[in-house]
Amino acid sequence: MIDTGVPVNGMAEITIREAITQGLAEAIETDDSVFIMGEDIGEYGGAYSVTKGFLEKYGDTRIKDTPISEAAFVGAGIGAAAAGLRPVVELMSMSFSLVAFDQIVNMAANLRYMSGGQIKVPMVIRAPTGAGVQLGATHSQSFETWLAEVPGIYCACPSTPRDALGLLRSSIKSDNPVIFAEHSHLYGSRGDVPEDYYEIRLGEAKVARSGEDLTMVSYGYGVHILQQAAEQMAQQDVDAEIVDLRSLHPIDYDTIVASVQKTGRAVMLDTARRTGGIMSEIVSEVQERTMDWLDGPVIRVGSKDVPWPYNRNLEQDILPQTDDVIEAARKIISF
Amino acid sequence: MDPTEKPRIATTGVVTSATPGISPEQKSTNGFDPRRLSSPYLSASIDNDELLSMYRLMLLIRRFEETCGQHYSLGNIRGFLHLYIGQEATGIGAITPLEARDYIVTHYRDHGHALARGLDTNRIMAEMFGKKTGLSKGKGGSMHIFDAAKHFMGGHAIVGAQLPLAAGIALAQQYLETDVVTMVFFGDGATNQGTFHETLNLASVWQLPIIFFMENNLYGMGSAVGRVRLQGADFSDVMGAYDVDTVSVDGMDVVAVREATQTAINKVRAQGSPIFIEAKTFRFVGHSFADPGDQYRERSEVEMWRRRDPLVTYPARLLEYELATQSELDALSESVDAEIAAAVEFALNSPEPDLSEAFDDVYA
Repeated sequence: MIDTGVPVNGMAEITIREAITQGLAEAIETDDSVFIMGEDIGEYGGAYSVTKGFLEKYGDTRIKDTPISEAAFVGAGIGAAAAGLRPVVELMSMSFSLVAFDQIVNMAANLRYMSGGQIKVPMVIRAPTGAGVQLGATHSQSFETWLAEVPGIYCACPSTPRDALGLLRSSIKSDNPVIFAEHSHLYGSRGDVPEDYYEIRLGEAKVARSGEDLTMVSYGYGVHILQQAAEQMAQQDVDAEIVDLRSLHPIDYDTIVASVQKTGRAVMLDTARRTGGIMSEIVSEVQERTMDWLDGPVIRVGSKDVPWPYNRNLEQDILPQTDDVIEAARKIISF
Repeated sequence: MDPTEKPRIATTGVVTSATPGISPEQKSTNGFDPRRLSSPYLSASIDNDELLSMYRLMLLIRRFEETCGQHYSLGNIRGFLHLYIGQEATGIGAITPLEARDYIVTHYRDHGHALARGLDTNRIMAEMFGKKTGLSKGKGGSMHIFDAAKHFMGGHAIVGAQLPLAAGIALAQQYLETDVVTMVFFGDGATNQGTFHETLNLASVWQLPIIFFMENNLYGMGSAVGRVRLQGADFSDVMGAYDVDTVSVDGMDVVAVREATQTAINKVRAQGSPIFIEAKTFRFVGHSFADPGDQYRERSEVEMWRRRDPLVTYPARLLEYELATQSELDALSESVDAEIAAAVEFALNSPEPDLSEAFDDVYA
């Protein structure tokens, strides 16, 4: 189970926001080559207050407010990384990655390959992602699933404070560019975090809930939806296993496949749009590798294929809900 | 002029308003008249060895590009091939005054810059041929030449995309408190990209130690500058908007470019603030090898610029001012021919990359 809320020895209960703040502060304090830049991260303290107080504490060399120029400051982060620093660049929204897409895809991801391995880009691009807070079509998109397709960049998408801190540590230490997708619903989400230092490797999923009857796979906020669905299904004697991907690139197929081979059934949940999303890819790969174990089709659940509406009722209808997951599960298991 | 008074080409006034090879009646297709360029030899102190080595680089780039064209026709080089023929004086004048610790970031018309920076001719040619021995192991190609050890950071093929990257390298120098200068090349075409304006603003507001080196060859692919920009072909006065110091220079005159650039480098190194250099130049050939280059510009315009060919005017000056002898120039020419022949031989004889290498260098 994740986020039990039960305090454990050597653990501190904190929010995801606090976990990310801690990871960034640690990196600034322990590695001179780490600096943070982005829009309004300094004086303003960050759109989601992740870097509140950093400017006063660490100064304007380490904490750089940028103009509203995503292409320029993401590209500048790439250049600084290529020249030996470890920038952490904050985008105010994953939706704004579009403005810097050329820099992320053509520069950050391709530089190493097209230079024949001469250049490395140790850089983290953090961004709040996801719909559900009525920001409308332009501010609600989850382009981490697009970027996850691109060879040359990693993609982390934590669902708990523990994972957020562990993944952020390994992302900042990685010699490769990492997209760090922070679901905007989760900043206040609480959980236990070990006080001793630890890291979580990129590309390592975890079984967030053990079960025998059905495998359910998601990442980020989707894991919380699965958690609620699993609790409701447990009341009807369906024992669901939850795999939290934690990274969308690389994808930990071994963990997913092992779970599906155990349960014989799988539901894949994406909070991004259903068609052409990362779960389409995962379903395809998993059914190829588990066909002989499957008792039914691998079912995909995602947001409906329309632009994000502003109206709350409409938006909630577009987003996948707990009931959608349970309904999907009923297609492959009777309860 | 009395050559005995000019042991060095440094002396002022060697060339002024009289731009060789241009008669008053000639007009440019795109409204830019190269006679407007003055070419003052500022206060250079370039010794004769340097002058000769710049001539050798000129020959090397020209012959390299001509040879690439031949091997493109033979099918040994594929993809897009953008030749630097005509622009040699600009790249050489800009790059030779840089120190080894300085960084260069450039665009897809990059072979000339790579050669001027002293990248290995064999390995550049091998990259053109897509061979395992190429600088990028055959995975970059003509538009993506890199040599990180020489601080030559590409070779970038999305117009204007290299500008933010260069700003980041300059930012790293500011952060690390070095005196390293970053020079980024781009053409007139890039000036209409958002990244151009964004990066100028960033460099200006952060006072980055960067030289924006604009190679204004007056055509963005097939579009004359005047067709895509209301202000026309002259960029010397627009950088005021970003409060970035601006220098305009005759890009066909290698000494003028070198002097202007040296002055800029000194200033950026000392002050850490950005400088914008605009060099007016011209590619004698098409945009890429697939483009004959005659559909969108008048033949007379091309001819006018060809009369300013640095490979003609520069050695003529070296001889005129007795800075070199014909036999010295001939010897350089022979050595360049040998270097190019060896590079082709190296590229032809180099192995293809193993198929497994497609999977290397994706991640560090």
